[in-house]
Amino acid sequence: MSLDPAGDPLDVDALLDDPKTRIVVCCGSGGVGKTTTAAALGLRAAERGRTVVVLTIDPARRLAQSMGIDSLDNVPRRVKDVQGAGELHAMMLDMKRTFDEIVEAHADADRARAILSNPFYQSLSAGFAGTQEYMAMEKLGQLRSRDEWDLIVVDTPPSRSALDFLDAPKRLGSFLDGKLIRLLMAPAKVGGRAGMKFLNVGMSMMTGALGKLLGGQLLRDVQTFVAAMDTMFGGFRKRADATYRLLQAPGTAFLVVASPERDALREAAYFVERLAADDMPLAGLVLNRVHGSGAAELSAERALAAAEGLEEEVAESRGAKAAAGSGADAGGAVEENLGAGGIVDQEGGNVGLRNSSESEAPNSPEAIGTSPSTKDDDSGASVEQLTAGLLRLHAERMRLLARERHTRDRFTALHPEVAVAEVAALPGDVHDLDGLRAIGERLAAATGDHA
Amino acid sequence: MSRLQVVSGKGGTGKTTVAAALALALATEGKRTLLVEVEGRQGIAQLFETEALPYEERKIAVAPGGGEVYALAIDPELALLDYLQMFYKLGSAGRALKKLGAVDFATTIAPGLRDVLLTGKACEAVRRKDKRGRYAYDCVIMDAPPTGRITRFLNVNDEVAGLAKIGPIHNQAQAVMRVLKSPETDVHLVTLLEEMPVQETVDGIAELRAAGLPVGRVIVNMVRPALLDEADLELGLERTPRTAIAKTLAAAGLGGARGAAGRLVDPLLAQAAEYAERYALEGAQRAVLGEHGLPLHELPLLADGLDLGGLYELATELRQQGVS
Repeated sequence: MSLDPAGDPLDVDALLDDPKTRIVVCCGSGGVGKTTTAAALGLRAAERGRTVVVLTIDPARRLAQSMGIDSLDNVPRRVKDVQGAGELHAMMLDMKRTFDEIVEAHADADRARAILSNPFYQSLSAGFAGTQEYMAMEKLGQLRSRDEWDLIVVDTPPSRSALDFLDAPKRLGSFLDGKLIRLLMAPAKVGGRAGMKFLNVGMSMMTGALGKLLGGQLLRDVQTFVAAMDTMFGGFRKRADATYRLLQAPGTAFLVVASPERDALREAAYFVERLAADDMPLAGLVLNRVHGSGAAELSAERALAAAEGLEEEVAESRGAKAAAGSGADAGGAVEENLGAGGIVDQEGGNVGLRNSSESEAPNSPEAIGTSPSTKDDDSGASVEQLTAGLLRLHAERMRLLARERHTRDRFTALHPEVAVAEVAALPGDVHDLDGLRAIGERLAAATGDHA
Repeated sequence: MSRLQVVSGKGGTGKTTVAAALALALATEGKRTLLVEVEGRQGIAQLFETEALPYEERKIAVAPGGGEVYALAIDPELALLDYLQMFYKLGSAGRALKKLGAVDFATTIAPGLRDVLLTGKACEAVRRKDKRGRYAYDCVIMDAPPTGRITRFLNVNDEVAGLAKIGPIHNQAQAVMRVLKSPETDVHLVTLLEEMPVQETVDGIAELRAAGLPVGRVIVNMVRPALLDEADLELGLERTPRTAIAKTLAAAGLGGARGAAGRLVDPLLAQAAEYAERYALEGAQRAVLGEHGLPLHELPLLADGLDLGGLYELATELRQQGVS
């Protein structure tokens, strides 16, 4: 009923039902419904009998509420009112908490205390962007190793560098193998190593430069931090490497999420290429908020022409009844408006727009060609006006459809190998499990059987 | 007019587009404007249909009013070397730091430092003066990170100033915060009339205000034209018999009332019902946005998608609404 499916449809249910599928990772640019998709997939899988945990990164409060959980935290909470045999658990990544847990689990009590109270650590773990990616990776590894769930659905951080989590182990590795860390550790290790002597001349010069740059106290904080973390870094890196390999394993499926808009699909293409470059198993593309029409046989052009015809009739009949020509003017305004794509000449609309802080809808009377009061005393014309309005609405929908199709086709031409699941747009937002369930149904309905 | 205008918004709301339109609108007033990109996305180059921007200030548009738009895509790594050179005269030491992996460390392992560099570079452009003591740019527009990250991003220098309690980094961080918290700065939030972006905007306003950062305007993007009003919706959905609509469609030449035209009635009414739901939702979200005492502006959805022409249209719209 919506766009003609291009390329292979993505069979969401087959993916969720397959017991070999253990991890589903949703990635994509911000604002495409990634977190909602992850939650809807989790619910659908649970209601089809699986034991699922959904790891969200930064869910909108409303989404947490839609799962009946007021505030998600770092511990998986069971979602109530899931139908069927399965279970759904949901959690939100708390990066500081996750980082603290790693420290507590891998350092002895004294060292852990030293790290946790280090000011540099406190900033790194709580404040700095990018830590999220490492911690998401770490949390995924933890959930997987607990083996309490047979399916983990992961949402990814909303940054542009959403694939930063793929790079996390590599970056960490090059950092740990690099000279910088030895440089930072140098003052702590200087004493007594003859072999280091030559290096140390350069290093003390460098620490001098760093000290000048950072201020001596910050450099000391960084150095104590690095020294304290030294023993843990290796373990951290090992686990990050393991998680990276886990992501490449056959039990993992990546879903790239997008909406049928140019920017979102450009990002999607970037994700597809990046995943291929890293040998990550891509299951397909979820295309959210695709519009359809039950009256697709009526083109935008015919609908507009018919609407204009009806409006002319209204204007004529009104002109015959009343001497005033205001109706005809209004009709003319409509034509101008839509002739320019409904954007430019919105004089009436603009007045509304400027005053919109008064919270009244910016509703230009010209867009309809009449005002409600004329309808009351002229009910014959109002059906025509209403029908004309319906036709204009349809014309707008058909244009949107054409634009969405065009954007999607550009993507599929570039990546014909990617299976696509198109999710029909909901007019409103998701508020509860029923809403998530509806999205899950739409996700699964993308599998070919719509004509 | 603020000299630094930071444009943030939830992902997908079109903040890059709004930032670019704002820069064009200001240039049309004759202002020399710098449009700054911080997320390495090359969105500005795509909007202006030019090749990828290098790390240098490059003229990308001349506005009708004679003003110019320059653009800069800040590369954190180059910005760091720049920064070392400019503030600490560490030219060769900077290169040595790079060899050691310190630059990698600063720009990737400790990405907070990346934010320091990005905000630092933007503030440097705001404060820069030419030989005659005039500001190099009348106005700097920043296409900033999304609303969920914006407060932390802008406030990163506060944190740095707390970490490095003395020394040049401390002084630099404080200088940046002075610009960001001054009346010279405005943080605008771009949103759509949907619940999640509006909620994020409301949260963003509260966070920015709590951090002492100046919130400017709320710009609602991609507003759809109003095609049916409330009276129509009520009339169409509740009171008008379907047969009357079918007859009218037939009279308009769309087939027989019992045939092709008749079959259109249900889907057309279904679309109207969806429209009505959306319309009501948009009205409610507009009311929520109106509660914060901020100037509220709306930009139309461009029916044919966004191209360079559309960008100029949005710039004109912003000027007419008195934003520039």
